Amino acid sequence: MSAPESVAVLGVGMHEWGKWGRPFQDYGVDAALAALDDAGVAWSDVQFVAGGETVRNGYPGYVAAATITQALGWNGARVASCYAACASGVTALDAARARILAGLCDVALVVGADTTPKGFLAPVAGERWDDPDWLRFRLLGATNPTYFALYARRRMDLYGATDADFAKVKVKNARHGLHNPRARYRKEVTVEEVLGSPMVADPLRLLEICATSDGAAAVVLTSMGYARQHAGASSPVRIRAVSTVTPRFPNTVIEMPNFSTDSAAALAPPELTFRDSIAAGAYDEAGIGPDELSLAEVYDLSTALELDWYENIGLCKPGEAEKLLNDGDTTLGGRIPVNPSGGLACFGEAVPAQAIAQICEVTWQLRGRALGRQVEGATAGLTVNQGLFGHGSAVLLTT
Amino acid sequence: MSTTSVPAVEGWFTTTAEPCLLGTRCTTCGTVFFPKASGFCRNPECRGREFDEVELSRTGTVWSYTDAQYQPPPPYIPPAGEHVPFAIAAVELAAEQMVILGQVADGYGVDDLAVGATVELVVEPLYEADGVEHLIYRWKPVSA
Repeated sequence: MSAPESVAVLGVGMHEWGKWGRPFQDYGVDAALAALDDAGVAWSDVQFVAGGETVRNGYPGYVAAATITQALGWNGARVASCYAACASGVTALDAARARILAGLCDVALVVGADTTPKGFLAPVAGERWDDPDWLRFRLLGATNPTYFALYARRRMDLYGATDADFAKVKVKNARHGLHNPRARYRKEVTVEEVLGSPMVADPLRLLEICATSDGAAAVVLTSMGYARQHAGASSPVRIRAVSTVTPRFPNTVIEMPNFSTDSAAALAPPELTFRDSIAAGAYDEAGIGPDELSLAEVYDLSTALELDWYENIGLCKPGEAEKLLNDGDTTLGGRIPVNPSGGLACFGEAVPAQAIAQICEVTWQLRGRALGRQVEGATAGLTVNQGLFGHGSAVLLTT
Repeated sequence: MSTTSVPAVEGWFTTTAEPCLLGTRCTTCGTVFFPKASGFCRNPECRGREFDEVELSRTGTVWSYTDAQYQPPPPYIPPAGEHVPFAIAAVELAAEQMVILGQVADGYGVDDLAVGATVELVVEPLYEADGVEHLIYRWKPVSA
């Protein structure tokens, strides 16, 4: 298969991240209008709206794309609401991109918005004995940080990672997000402060695990033809690849919310782990490799998980992430800055919006308009993330 | 024990003196599943639809571990009183070539665990409700 045509990111917009408890669609409309204004596209010209669903806001959340379309004022656009946990935003983006590439529409709006409760993300209420996400809380008391901590401890054992290494990821991201006007947390922290925060799931501490936030992000995607006609001579940021891969059997890494891995007794494990296969899917599709990236936005649900991603997306070999971090390679000004936005460390997670927010950040970076956190001369960026129940999400963007 | 005891979940483990987890094995390809699979084999190269119930290995080695310093949200049911942190381990079973997550036995914390250490399966109370004790499988460190 040859590399697919590009689609244009004509506009991006975000509502600030925080915790206000307002209806999710309020944030979503705000982000959508910002993206439309940024693109210079009228709402009446949008032919397709793809929305990331939210599962904690009742029926309107399940039909998020329709809810936000109605809030913007019905315009007859076709809609699709997508759920893929943390990867929902890119599943929505993929639907919009496919529709544009198929020639079924020229202008699409992709939007995700959420209102989240305080504390641990808990499963949807009710007695659900056939739902592993409910059972893991009931039978094991296994929260999301439980799984993040298993990976963190594994890094310590296999590669000699230290508490201080993990804390330095938080220190870096806090510094990156300091001037990001949409970040919820804009405050520098020290290694000592991170290590002094309460232990949540050994070896991870409170300041190393991302919070849950309210927030919204939106992008206006168009065909390259529409972009040329509409935006004139200026060349828009382009989406070169979208990877929404699922695992291959047997998946031998324990994944949230599962009780076990697949058994490898009958069939040998695949060459790439699931997490390795996510970015690989995007590199393959675009014909662009990790050496060509200017920056990456990765899903730092925990400090240690950001280090895993360095290896999963091919920035270094397994076991070398701590060195990459400590050498300053992934800090702004380094060889390959990671999470110049400040990442989840500065935002907290607004599930259906987060993967779209990553795309907003890379777009600003590629336009040279990421004030106070600009990666100089950025020409290519990768976003990567994973949603529970086997959802990969990676997007490769270039100038 | 004067209270009645029941498994917190039906059919996942035995409660004999030497308890073990109960899984299923595809009669066509031999893949083992825990929790039990039924209906269709999840090996993409297999069209099997029949499964035997199997007892899984009682011992394994720690793949990784952590603990819960904060009380998990519902539907977790806390034992009576204040939250007591408990440990959780992901344990690799050699014969089944799979990793299974479980709480760690009462009285053991992260300091008692190490990646690669041997653990064995035990059954202990998870919580009590209406005078009935609900049991769960746990991993217990085996002293070298």
